[in-house]
Amino acid sequence: MGKTIIDKLWDQHIVHREEGKPDLLYIDLHLVHEVTSPQAFSGLRMKNRKVRRPDRTFATVDHNVPTVNRFNITDPVANNQMETLRQNCKEFGITLADINSPEQGIVHVIGPELGLTQPGMTIVCGDSHTSTHGAFGSIAFGIGTSEVEHTLATQTLWQSKPKTLKVQVDGKLGTGVLAKDVILYVLSKHGVNFGTGHIIEYCGEVIRDMTMEERMTVCNMSIEGGARAGLVSPDETTIEYLRGRKYVPSGQEFEETAEKWLALASDEDATYDKEIYIDASEIAPMVSWGTNPSQTAPVTGRVPFLNECANENERRSVESALAYMDFKEGQQISDIKIQKVFIGSCTNSRLEDLRMAAEIAKGRKVAPGVQAIVVPGSQNVKVLAEAEGLDKIFLEAGFEWRESGCSMCLSMNADIVPAGEHCASTSNRNFEGRQGAGSRTHLVSPAMAAAAAVNGYFVDVRKMESAEAVH
Amino acid sequence: MAGLTTLRGKVAGMNRVNVDTDQIIPKQFLKRTEKTGFGQYLFYDWRFLADGTPNPEFELNRPENQGASILVANDNFGCGSSREHAPWALQDYGIQVVIAPSFADIFHQNCLKNGMLPVVLKEEEVHYLLEKAKSASYELTVSVEDKTIKDAEGFQAEFPLSAYWQKMLINGWDEIELTLQMDDQIKRYEDSLI
Ligand code: SF4
Repeated sequence: MGKTIIDKLWDQHIVHREEGKPDLLYIDLHLVHEVTSPQAFSGLRMKNRKVRRPDRTFATVDHNVPTVNRFNITDPVANNQMETLRQNCKEFGITLADINSPEQGIVHVIGPELGLTQPGMTIVCGDSHTSTHGAFGSIAFGIGTSEVEHTLATQTLWQSKPKTLKVQVDGKLGTGVLAKDVILYVLSKHGVNFGTGHIIEYCGEVIRDMTMEERMTVCNMSIEGGARAGLVSPDETTIEYLRGRKYVPSGQEFEETAEKWLALASDEDATYDKEIYIDASEIAPMVSWGTNPSQTAPVTGRVPFLNECANENERRSVESALAYMDFKEGQQISDIKIQKVFIGSCTNSRLEDLRMAAEIAKGRKVAPGVQAIVVPGSQNVKVLAEAEGLDKIFLEAGFEWRESGCSMCLSMNADIVPAGEHCASTSNRNFEGRQGAGSRTHLVSPAMAAAAAVNGYFVDVRKMESAEAVH
Repeated sequence: MAGLTTLRGKVAGMNRVNVDTDQIIPKQFLKRTEKTGFGQYLFYDWRFLADGTPNPEFELNRPENQGASILVANDNFGCGSSREHAPWALQDYGIQVVIAPSFADIFHQNCLKNGMLPVVLKEEEVHYLLEKAKSASYELTVSVEDKTIKDAEGFQAEFPLSAYWQKMLINGWDEIELTLQMDDQIKRYEDSLI
């Protein structure tokens, strides 16, 4: 019987297996950032332990870096965290893409763009959106600080093998319907825990047709469905993306490695513990209206009525979301006015995302009363975008063009949505207070965010001129 | 870490679904570089009003829930961000056991790794406990050894816990120490990589 890529990778990484215990899994790549690592390093120091493989560990600062005046960090606590990481990296011999490095950026943006992220790897990071790296055909998952410490000390983790879940998206996406809409649609249909205890493999024509950046957007939000990780089997698209990147082999060695990578793909006859099938033709541009990512509707749709709720739990959760968002039951999505727009985050801050937003912004103006910021995912993305003149398009349209970092995705820096304001955001979480106390987040694609920025409310991007350029 | 064998304690109920780690410990408090001191910020945005005074409506502020060491919650507790500050904050506040019909994976793991016990019970059992927790004097006895939960009125339930974590919790062991003893095996694995 055939094997899934999940089974193949898991088996390849077992260092030790024993009845009644989780497996001891080898970790190929450990990404580190300033927020979830200080306590791990101090744990090592207390017990006089070393980092086992500094060469398999890579650090950056992203969560609380300022996106304007980035060298002038006024928050003493944030500064302390960054300084702590700096010292830890120095003491333990770890490479750090610091704030002044051309490689700095959101950890899940720089891993792939530097070629650190490769097919067949196990990848961990003290951040739940580590699933992003699964787009390359790796098992990549978020860990807590104890596990960060464990990985630093041993380059392994004790892990029970999750079940396998196939999410197959068949057909073709319509114009203006993007990768973000695909994953939001899956969440809106299957809820915030359809993936609990599973690793998802995304497949089907729609996923095959996607670029690597689009696959990253989909895998990124696997955690929003409760999954441990999400991945896509490597194919030619994967190989071509990686060719020539800094940390991948070059020349003949690359060709040989690429062969091995392609062989990792799930076998045709592989079976899964659970399967979900999605028809691409049903997917429209999506907008989240509530306080978890499954509370999402098509832009042409509306917020539910309470009497549509399937059970008491759902009713309670819809009721509290409506209260928090200040919505009436049944309200039309297209009637939601917005005051803030955030284009960025590890879900949608890569070059293609910015291009799509720019297509919509081009020649238009941000609506009065709206503040819109564009935060590239990394310094590399920023440089490439500027080389194409995207910054000018945004600036001329009245968007702000910022420095790279997590920014308004979780608002640990100065980028905050004030209480009561609605934000069209390309990030991945719309929890209460996520973008600032009392903030009201609407998760959307980059094109939908730009369309909201220039209109002041949500519009169907498919109805806008220049929508054909967005696909 | 001190071992956890049996615990008898007061119970606080929190009948909410999808309680995420952003609520358990809001991100503005993540900037500390120590593991302690997070309890004061636990559920901050729910627990305190805008002027910094305790919100009397919030479950943990109700008189009957003072001094609780066991928290009973509803489905998908601990979803969202992987931040381990969430179990640290609960622990620092005094909660050692969380009971729910289901937990988010990472949170579940993070509890165990910090010597806290996440208990999965059946929905009807959790509903019974949520009802009972409304009384100020209600206590539960949790036994890690027998994997059972009991009250003084005859309620008894078993919960799943792998032999591995049971042993780790009872002995209060440090997982890293155990793994470091397997250094030879890790080395052999590394040597087998090309
Ligand atoms: S962009 Fe947001 S979700 Fe992504 S790593 Fe940063 S804070 Fe986390």
